[in-house]
Amino acid sequence: MSTPYAKLPAWADYVLIPLINLFVAFVVAGFVVILVGENPLRAAVVLVEGAFGRGQGIAFTLFYATTFIFSGLSVAVAAHCGLFNIGGEGQGYIAGLGIGIVCLAFDSVLPWWLTFPLAIIAAAAMGALWALIPAYLQAKRGSHIVITTIMFNFIAASVMVYALVGFLKPANSMAPQTRTFLDGAQLPKLNWVIELFGAKIRSAPFNISFLLALAMAFLVWVLIWRTRLGYEMRTYGHSSKAARYAGISETRIIIVAMMISGALAGMMALNPTMGDQHNVALEFVSGAGFVGIAVALMGRLHPVGIVLAAILFGMLYQGGAELAFEMPAISRDMIVIIQGLVILFAGALEHMFRPYVQALFASLSPRSVGMEAIKGKGA
Amino acid sequence: MDLFNAVIQVLDSTIRLSVPLLLACLAGLYSERAGIFDIGLEGKMLVGAFAGAAAASVFHSAYLGLGMAILISVAFALIHGFASITHRGNQIVSGVAINFIAAGSTIMLGQAWFQQGGRTPALASDERFGAIIWPGADALRGVPILGPIYSELISGHSVLVYVAFLAVPFTWWVLFRTRFGLRMRAVGENPAAVDTAGISVAWLRYRALICTGVLTGIAGAYLSMVQNGGFVKDMTAGKGYIALAALIFAKWKPVNAMFACLLFGFLDALSIRLQGTPLPVIGKVPVQLMQALPYILTVILLAGFIGKAIPPRAGGVPYVKER
Amino acid sequence: MAQAAIELIGINKSFGAVRANRDINLEIVRGTIHGIVGENGAGKSTLMSILYGFYQADSGEIRVGGQPASIKTPNDAIALGIGMVHQHFMLVDNFTVLENVILGAESDALLKKSIAKARSELERLEREYGLEVDPDAIIEELPVGLQQRVEILKALYRGAEILILDEPTGVLTPAEADHLFRILKQLKEQGKTIVLITHKLREIMAITDTVSVMRQGTMVATRETKKTTVEELAELMVGRRVLLRVEKGEAEAGGVKLAVKNLTVKDSRGVTMVDDISFDVRAGEIVGIAGVAGNGQSEMLEAISGIRRAVSGSVMLDGKPIDLTGAADPGELRDRGLAHVPEDRHHVGLVLAFEENENSILGYHDHPRYLRGPFLNIDAIRNDARDRIAKYDIRPADCRLKTANFSGGNQQKIVLAREMEQDPGVLIVGQPTRGVDVGAIEFIHKRLIAMRDQGKAVLVVSVELDEIRSLSDRILVMFAGRIVGERGPDATEGELGLLMAGVEQREAAE
Repeated sequence: MSTPYAKLPAWADYVLIPLINLFVAFVVAGFVVILVGENPLRAAVVLVEGAFGRGQGIAFTLFYATTFIFSGLSVAVAAHCGLFNIGGEGQGYIAGLGIGIVCLAFDSVLPWWLTFPLAIIAAAAMGALWALIPAYLQAKRGSHIVITTIMFNFIAASVMVYALVGFLKPANSMAPQTRTFLDGAQLPKLNWVIELFGAKIRSAPFNISFLLALAMAFLVWVLIWRTRLGYEMRTYGHSSKAARYAGISETRIIIVAMMISGALAGMMALNPTMGDQHNVALEFVSGAGFVGIAVALMGRLHPVGIVLAAILFGMLYQGGAELAFEMPAISRDMIVIIQGLVILFAGALEHMFRPYVQALFASLSPRSVGMEAIKGKGA
Repeated sequence: MDLFNAVIQVLDSTIRLSVPLLLACLAGLYSERAGIFDIGLEGKMLVGAFAGAAAASVFHSAYLGLGMAILISVAFALIHGFASITHRGNQIVSGVAINFIAAGSTIMLGQAWFQQGGRTPALASDERFGAIIWPGADALRGVPILGPIYSELISGHSVLVYVAFLAVPFTWWVLFRTRFGLRMRAVGENPAAVDTAGISVAWLRYRALICTGVLTGIAGAYLSMVQNGGFVKDMTAGKGYIALAALIFAKWKPVNAMFACLLFGFLDALSIRLQGTPLPVIGKVPVQLMQALPYILTVILLAGFIGKAIPPRAGGVPYVKER
Repeated sequence: MAQAAIELIGINKSFGAVRANRDINLEIVRGTIHGIVGENGAGKSTLMSILYGFYQADSGEIRVGGQPASIKTPNDAIALGIGMVHQHFMLVDNFTVLENVILGAESDALLKKSIAKARSELERLEREYGLEVDPDAIIEELPVGLQQRVEILKALYRGAEILILDEPTGVLTPAEADHLFRILKQLKEQGKTIVLITHKLREIMAITDTVSVMRQGTMVATRETKKTTVEELAELMVGRRVLLRVEKGEAEAGGVKLAVKNLTVKDSRGVTMVDDISFDVRAGEIVGIAGVAGNGQSEMLEAISGIRRAVSGSVMLDGKPIDLTGAADPGELRDRGLAHVPEDRHHVGLVLAFEENENSILGYHDHPRYLRGPFLNIDAIRNDARDRIAKYDIRPADCRLKTANFSGGNQQKIVLAREMEQDPGVLIVGQPTRGVDVGAIEFIHKRLIAMRDQGKAVLVVSVELDEIRSLSDRILVMFAGRIVGERGPDATEGELGLLMAGVEQREAAE
């Protein structure tokens, strides 16, 4: 996704334009609010208050953000290598299988701090495996990775139903979900951290997988900008010809990047299963894999941006719940609309406002931006 | 005779289940043949379903419902066009966005307007498209073999079913026998050839997307006004993606598309029918395998193991006049 | 008095900072074949694209048949009877000939009538001009020569009176080219006007009535073909640019470092681009490959550097073969001392979105020097980058700046610094100074000569004849995928120009 336009100052590129895109997305969402007969400004206040007003809200915001950090990183790692992994949903879902097996096997014998690493490995391995096949098919047979990863989302859904109904659910239960994990597979909460600041929390599922998410954000940053592998991925992502020239194997880099992406997507399954519900249930991912696309685009593929964007979306999810409570005309699905609008304006229409911003900058300081840039003839 | 009746029933539900796939698949055919990837079929179908059911229940007219379904669906197709044609944005990203906006707005508006948990009010029979009974269908029902085939399979479907199947030869005719079809196929293969021939690439692609919107609108209307008596949230349930798979399976050809959709519909009907019933020879087939089969088949096809699916060459690439 | 079919008056066109056409005046007489020659990048194609309405001129006037014409789209051009055969065919590969011919010129919303009409029209054109082609054949199954014929038919079907052909013989075999010329002559006899854009002087002499020469965006001369010579045209085309001769001593050539034998390379369409070429490059000498762009130099460079598959032949580096199957590891070749400055620095030699220091290790990113385990050794990378910025006077002197923000000359220095500082035994350079400002040219030339004086084997490919003459100890001329001659550094421009135009090759063959 290279831009044919000339340069803006870095802060305009990484802060101003995303904010403009976000703002427009919210304005359009505001029209939807008007359409259902509510006041969009009041809705915005309720949303923000619901997300950050009380300790409870903050804890839920960060709980949702945890999952989105993983899925956003997953999309970003693939994108740095020029690949669109739209299969995070399926990779996360199938990771539930690995988590389920590990937790059911060990929750009665091991403490959580031993089960957790095993579950991380299982989740990452399953996610990576689920990304491996589309990656291999792309690298070796030229199958379009977007289509194959979509197909693998559906195949994952079928596999999980089969697994849950077939052998993961207790024999005497009708519900297609595992039994509740014992203490050995329940992640400790982090709510006390927020309570340190004087807030009170009744109960919220904010747990230590948030720390894992932050660690992964840091590791992704290291991977992308500080390792040879990341260097090769970025080279391939920008120009496959330059990668060929530099002696980087196309097959290898596609497969490795997708497997890392899949592993990160797999890890997002830890938070809702071991951190919140304490089981693996049908459709526990519930769209978080797709939210990763919005988060990654909004965060401009940078881990810091992704963490911030994930918190923004966490806020939307939590605040949206409050909003639905306060304003019955607005349901939680408002967030899904906003998500879509963010993807539209920050992704597909990312360059719509750029020429105007460039013109603005050019008129402010004609020397910083060539006139050429305004006509969009940089390339 | 029991077996025969069972077969007839499975085939009958095959037809019913294939129709939304077929309409969506043909919709995708127009846009992809014109060189625009469209993974937003799902979303457009969904808004069509919602708009159709909502309008039908408010205006008490099935046809107004259908009209509204088409209108809204086309509007969403034009958003996709605005992003991917006018602004040369990433077509996949734009499609994903449309699916989200559709999923969210249908539930939210449904809840706000009708307060039934995202559903639209149950449609009365005159607000739906009822079955059309062909002449003599009842009289012939008793005739062995041919009777049930005529009265169950051929007769007794809603008008949209016949529209869907007539859309197949119609699309073929448009594609291969009209000027518009020729240009549309050309723009999906080599937009520069179209441009140098003095035809507007953008306008041509917009028109193809309008066709896509019309068909996804009908597909949505079928879901909410024929198959179901009203809109239920997320009622497309991935049909847009199966349609996409069918389109690849059909190698972007209309008649193939019909067979691909019938195959996928048949797998669906069979999996419902066979739930838990063991088959001879193979034994019990997990119903999930049947459900996943369309996707698995598509992946295998994409990998080039059963023939090669070559998409329109300019697909997914925004057209930029080269220097 | 012959009537002008087309008059171009004061045409100007810029792309960003590049002035592709400046103050072009041209008159094309009805019923003649008018050649336009010039090197690649001289502005011929841009000019014709303006005439065809594909681009808009920034200023100037076009007259068609004496009337001022406003040509904003190809449609306007078609309506005025102008047809164009593009260098890269504008055909839909999986359509039939008929479908391609009627595309955009359908008489009716339904195809039936259009197709019937086109079928009879094609039969007529076949009779009149000998333009035989099966109307129901699929384009991609036709040989290139026939595909081109379809392009001509497309234009004639639209009633073209003026036919522009852009480098029509580039993809044709000599026999196909001869057939094309017969067709063009026949078209002329029927009163059509033909504009032939080419850089091949032989074609100009063989077929045109009038010839105009373009150089660096300007129209430098128009001659009656009968009254000019290949020598004159070659000189006009290449021009007498200010020569920046860099002082250099005699070469002291040592042993053979790079030996190319019977190398043959085909492009993705199966057209032979490099045709059985052999040469050596010795230690301590610069071998220059001259030739008009598109004569196989790029493909040869890619094959030698292991990026492109060769059909046959061998390349020996220090006496050991290079893998030519297309599976070669460019990294391994670098380890063996082969450095490559690619022609296309924007997409191959550099990643423009990278910081300068990141590009300074492209291809060498797996050297232990730049790594700490799996991690990049950022300090080492940036230190090296800073050293090179100083040594090669790269500006601005900021190794954290995005590469896209450097000028062309400085970008080229980044690539050269990277490749030269690895102390390679063999250095291959494609277009060392393309898009590079004058100041940097001299610097780059000096560096290349310094490499030679250190005993390196240097192979330079350039379309700039001056550059080749200034740098090389031996000059090889490539034409149509073959090496058509070897000259010393004192060869004259005219002599080389003739070789580059493929003139001698033709005579030698006959």
